[in-house]
Amino acid sequence: MATHAAPGPAAEPAIRIRGVRKAFTTGRREVLALDGIDLDVAAGELVCLLGPSGCGKSTLLNAVAGFSPPTAGTIVANGRPVTAPGPDRAMVFQEYALFPWMTVERNVAFGLEMAGASRPEIRARVDALLEKLRLSDFRDRFPKDLSGGMRQRVAIARVLAIDSPMLLMDEPFGALDALTRRNLQDELLRIWAELRRTIVFVTHGIEESIYLADRVVVMTYRPGTVKRLVPIALPRPRDPSSAEFNALKREISALVMEEQLRHEQAEGRATAD
Amino acid sequence: MDTVKRLARALIVPVLFLAAWEGISRAGWVSPIVLPAPSQVFLRWIAYARPLQPYDPSQGSWIAWAFSGELPQDAATSLLRVAGGFALGAGLALPLGLLMGAKPAVHELFNPLVQVLRPIPPIAFIPLAILWFGLGDPPAFFLISLGAFFPVLMNTIAGVRNVDGIYLRAARNLGASEWTLFRRIMIPAAMPYILAGLRIGVGVAFIVVIVAEMIAVNAGLGYRILEAREYFWSDKVIAGMISIGLAGLGIDLVMNRLNAWLLRWHRGVEG
Repeated sequence: MATHAAPGPAAEPAIRIRGVRKAFTTGRREVLALDGIDLDVAAGELVCLLGPSGCGKSTLLNAVAGFSPPTAGTIVANGRPVTAPGPDRAMVFQEYALFPWMTVERNVAFGLEMAGASRPEIRARVDALLEKLRLSDFRDRFPKDLSGGMRQRVAIARVLAIDSPMLLMDEPFGALDALTRRNLQDELLRIWAELRRTIVFVTHGIEESIYLADRVVVMTYRPGTVKRLVPIALPRPRDPSSAEFNALKREISALVMEEQLRHEQAEGRATAD
Repeated sequence: MDTVKRLARALIVPVLFLAAWEGISRAGWVSPIVLPAPSQVFLRWIAYARPLQPYDPSQGSWIAWAFSGELPQDAATSLLRVAGGFALGAGLALPLGLLMGAKPAVHELFNPLVQVLRPIPPIAFIPLAILWFGLGDPPAFFLISLGAFFPVLMNTIAGVRNVDGIYLRAARNLGASEWTLFRRIMIPAAMPYILAGLRIGVGVAFIVVIVAEMIAVNAGLGYRILEAREYFWSDKVIAGMISIGLAGLGIDLVMNRLNAWLLRWHRGVEG
């Protein structure tokens, strides 16, 4: 499919979010999950949405994916207003969301079948992706027989198969142990360096966001707004033990802690009610 | 050694039970018409299962002869009724259940009628079934399919409604159309429920076939034990009951195998 030129200064952003607001009604009270979000993501950029749980980062990602439209505001992705989910914004879920009744191979092939690719085309592409993600030996396994890390590699292969210009990742490595997580982070960076897709990556891991992102979007707790945009200019591969890395970690931790505190105070109030 | 021990332990209670039963019958405490000895039941069961004529090669194959006895014929008749009635009932319940599960509007339309009819035991339809279909196979098929219909319907609806939304979101995200979503996501995701419904349905169908054979027809396992009672052949009644039990067990084993194979992707596969 289309190759994506490096963004020039005047290039149209891959994602343009303007004035997005999202309200939920739970029971009798209305919760404002997102308010006044303005954000541009450049084509080929890797952006992390960071914040404590309840800050609406997943809500924002779901809005970009087209699963739940915002209450107000506009989202334009790949030059088109977002109205419904679609393969131009491929999603990787924390719970993997692999189809358990399909083998690894069938899972990876699913999006290609939906796109109407021919059998030999599907076969070749699936083979290449299984190879790339070191899953070739597991192609006939069902997801229940795989470890968490392997399942997430299958989920990544499944979205890479459809050659989407954009990957939306919702805490994809949140359920994995530290070592597996680091492996998958490196794998993701390797793939990203090769394919230069736009990636929006939701996480509550401060170190993870600094390790991965071009820019970290720190969000406020309820309503979720953009608290600060932190560009990460460190060269890759990044060393989490370096002084520069730790300076950034301190800066971002302080921002996140403020919000975490507001979160806890809000919880305290809620239980005192 | 361990399996020998386990086998021995499994046999203790059945052996004691049979010995006590045999003892009570032989001691003459009860009339053999009320309670025949297990040895007598066993002999009667052999006679019931054996071919009636000696083997004659001019009359056809050896296999046909081996199954020419009364019991194999009765069992085949009953199982064919179960298969036919079950296919009819489940065949109607599946598409309706899928539709009711997937489309809330269809559910609203059919649910009130379903809720009213569902608690009526199929046995209660016997008088109507005879009025509508007379005697013989038609009322039996009607009752059996009715017995299979509701378990399959209810489970299919529940299965489709309980499909985890994340699979639907993932499939939509990968570009699946509504029809693909239904065919390739909802149906397989609902399969554990659907198969559980089919298993219950076949069980009910088997209960209903025995009852239906006691009333409307003159062949099959249900008919045979009622006929034996007319002649006070209680040994044959018990032999027939045991045959019914074995047939039910056989059906369940087949369903179990089918389940395990179709749900080999599933986490908590039983059996």
